[in-house]
Amino acid sequence: MANHAQTLPAVAAPESFRSWFLNKLRMGMSWQDYGRSLVTPFNIVAGLVLLVGIPVIVERFMYGLGVVTHSSNDYPWGLFLGWGLFGGVPLSATGFVMATAYYIFGFRRYAPMVRIGILTGFLGYLFAVLYLLIDLGRPWRIYFPMTISFGTASVLFLVAWHVALYLTVQLLEFSPAIFEWLNSDRTRGWAKKITIGMTIAGIMLSTLHQSALGAMFLLAPGKVHPLWYSSYLPQLFLASSIYVAMAMVIVVSALAARFLRERCDEVFLGRLDELTIGLGKACAVGMYVYFIMKIISVAHDAEWSLLATPYGHWFLVEVLGFVLLPALVLTFGFKASRVGVVRFGAVLAVIGVLVNRLNVSTVALNYNLPEHLHHIIPPRGELIVVATLTVLHILIFRWIVNRMSVTREDPAFKAH
Amino acid sequence: MADKQISINAGDGEGSGPASQTISRRNFLGGAAVFGGATLAGAPCTAEAASDFEGWPDRFGMLTDLTACVGCRSCERACNAENKLPAPEQPFDDPSVFEQTRRPTSTAYTVVNRYESADGKGGPVYRKLQCNHCNEPACATACPARAYSKTPEGAVAYNEDLCFGCRYCMTACPFNVPAYSYESAFEPKIVKCTFCYPRIKKGLLPACADACPAGALTFGKRSDLIKLARDRIKNAPDRYIDHIYGEREAGGTSWMYLSGVPFGDVGFPTNLPNEPMIEGTKGFLAAVPTVLVVWPALFSMCYSALRHREEAVAKEEEEKDKETNRG
Repeated sequence: MANHAQTLPAVAAPESFRSWFLNKLRMGMSWQDYGRSLVTPFNIVAGLVLLVGIPVIVERFMYGLGVVTHSSNDYPWGLFLGWGLFGGVPLSATGFVMATAYYIFGFRRYAPMVRIGILTGFLGYLFAVLYLLIDLGRPWRIYFPMTISFGTASVLFLVAWHVALYLTVQLLEFSPAIFEWLNSDRTRGWAKKITIGMTIAGIMLSTLHQSALGAMFLLAPGKVHPLWYSSYLPQLFLASSIYVAMAMVIVVSALAARFLRERCDEVFLGRLDELTIGLGKACAVGMYVYFIMKIISVAHDAEWSLLATPYGHWFLVEVLGFVLLPALVLTFGFKASRVGVVRFGAVLAVIGVLVNRLNVSTVALNYNLPEHLHHIIPPRGELIVVATLTVLHILIFRWIVNRMSVTREDPAFKAH
Repeated sequence: MADKQISINAGDGEGSGPASQTISRRNFLGGAAVFGGATLAGAPCTAEAASDFEGWPDRFGMLTDLTACVGCRSCERACNAENKLPAPEQPFDDPSVFEQTRRPTSTAYTVVNRYESADGKGGPVYRKLQCNHCNEPACATACPARAYSKTPEGAVAYNEDLCFGCRYCMTACPFNVPAYSYESAFEPKIVKCTFCYPRIKKGLLPACADACPAGALTFGKRSDLIKLARDRIKNAPDRYIDHIYGEREAGGTSWMYLSGVPFGDVGFPTNLPNEPMIEGTKGFLAAVPTVLVVWPALFSMCYSALRHREEAVAKEEEEKDKETNRG
């Protein structure tokens, strides 16, 4: 470890810190080349979305939530939380699942997938917090539950603390990649020392707040449709976050290998298919478990007759079409060693969890209000903000993968 | 019952009620004085009832008699004036508001809705809607910043200074009561009925009850109101459904209702559990400390076992290598 500093390329001995750092930001290109490299069809579309969306976000902060949301008293939460928080957080369990599998349970084969899992998780939580900041009435008071007034009986109090702590944990877990990028050998050493501690902290925080997101709805038994309301909501949310984390890693690593291929090393690309199939297998097992839990949740409250109602049909679409079907697709995929099939199943599984979270937080909530389904259609403002944040999310993810060793190993720093 | 003027309202003189169950203004004041004394004496109830706190003993409530309400909206007008709310778009004597089903908003703490009777024979039924001031409020359970409190007087109070606007209270409220001032960019807040807490503290009636000319609103100690409601049902079984809404729903509410038609017909949620909403999340939160204690031990052990095995395997291979080298 100690002699890496000498083996680093010449870039490490810059004339000035400033020029060295700017060079890092441009990935070693000249300003002109870097500027030219940015003009791509995707970036133009992304730029247009930001051009439309950022003013809408500014508008929200200048004129209040009323200008972008329904500002409904019956429907206090819309797409920002349904998509960004309740949907975003389970999809971001990637860091916790991959780090636990690798560091605690010793799935050493999955080494190339660990960093991309942690980065996906870290950014997912970061954006969940951004969605929350946009949705909160007074976001500048976000620290209130931490320091000013403790609502310890609230599940959201737990979620607030855990998401804040876990965001920090994930930054620390990802920090070795940042220090490698900055050639900061000694600081990286410190960051590596806390890996196991941070991973175990991640297990504690993740199991609790993933399930807590489900437990939040236990406070509204009269308002959530009985098919989705279950005393097992915490367990259901936790179980689905674990399998969807593996599905997410399959999807994100496939996207990285496709669109950021030049940033992936041979180990990553060479092992990708094998690891995708392995993850697909684990994901399928998780989905069968979850599927059975879903059936038990219906059986427990003896709600079979509700399946024959329109809400019941939609429930069946979710459980059969977005849980059982992807599980079967994944099973076929890993049995036949067909990577493409596994990826397709993983995409379905990811969509399925989004559908479930939107169902619990939007479709099933307030089901007994008149004209309910009419009210849950998100207004244009919310859709624009969600599109803007999604584009930003992708851009930042790409920015990091372009620069730091996420899908490749830094030759100067072997082994995770 | 109503013509006996058993209730406290604007037309009811002080202490004019005859029977022992009468809640007169004087009784009410007396109760307040007793309560005040208890507070000064150091709230003995907390010391005695530490294991099973069944709510503040002398908390107030309101009994709303839907069979007496005439839909005049005097309560809305009085509430608006008392709380200095902006003037409504349609004046308070405009009956056209009844064409829609309304709910409390950021500019109206209370609204009265009209429901046509199901069989078309009876006249319309009016229902006043406002915060029910639950015994164990779901909003207070939901709030991560403790902006809500159940006061000993029975009012569920909201403190704007602690609120950061997550609106979980709105999601949690089983009655869909709290409204939010979305239109404000810098000082948005929850808006809901305060039970006229400042007035109660001064020994006055809530403004709506004070204004009601029909005897539909009776203010008093919650325990007394339950007795009163039972008596009314007993004395006029044809007039009332045999149910006091709010006695047990969602753990019991300070505002309770008597009705001549099924409560579900006039917009009351009828699928609420009788236990307070906090019971739904208690079990989950109770498991948290266990996880915080067991997980680190369990997963540290997993890690240690992994290291142990990996080291053993490495050692074995090393020895094998040595042997092959020798051989």
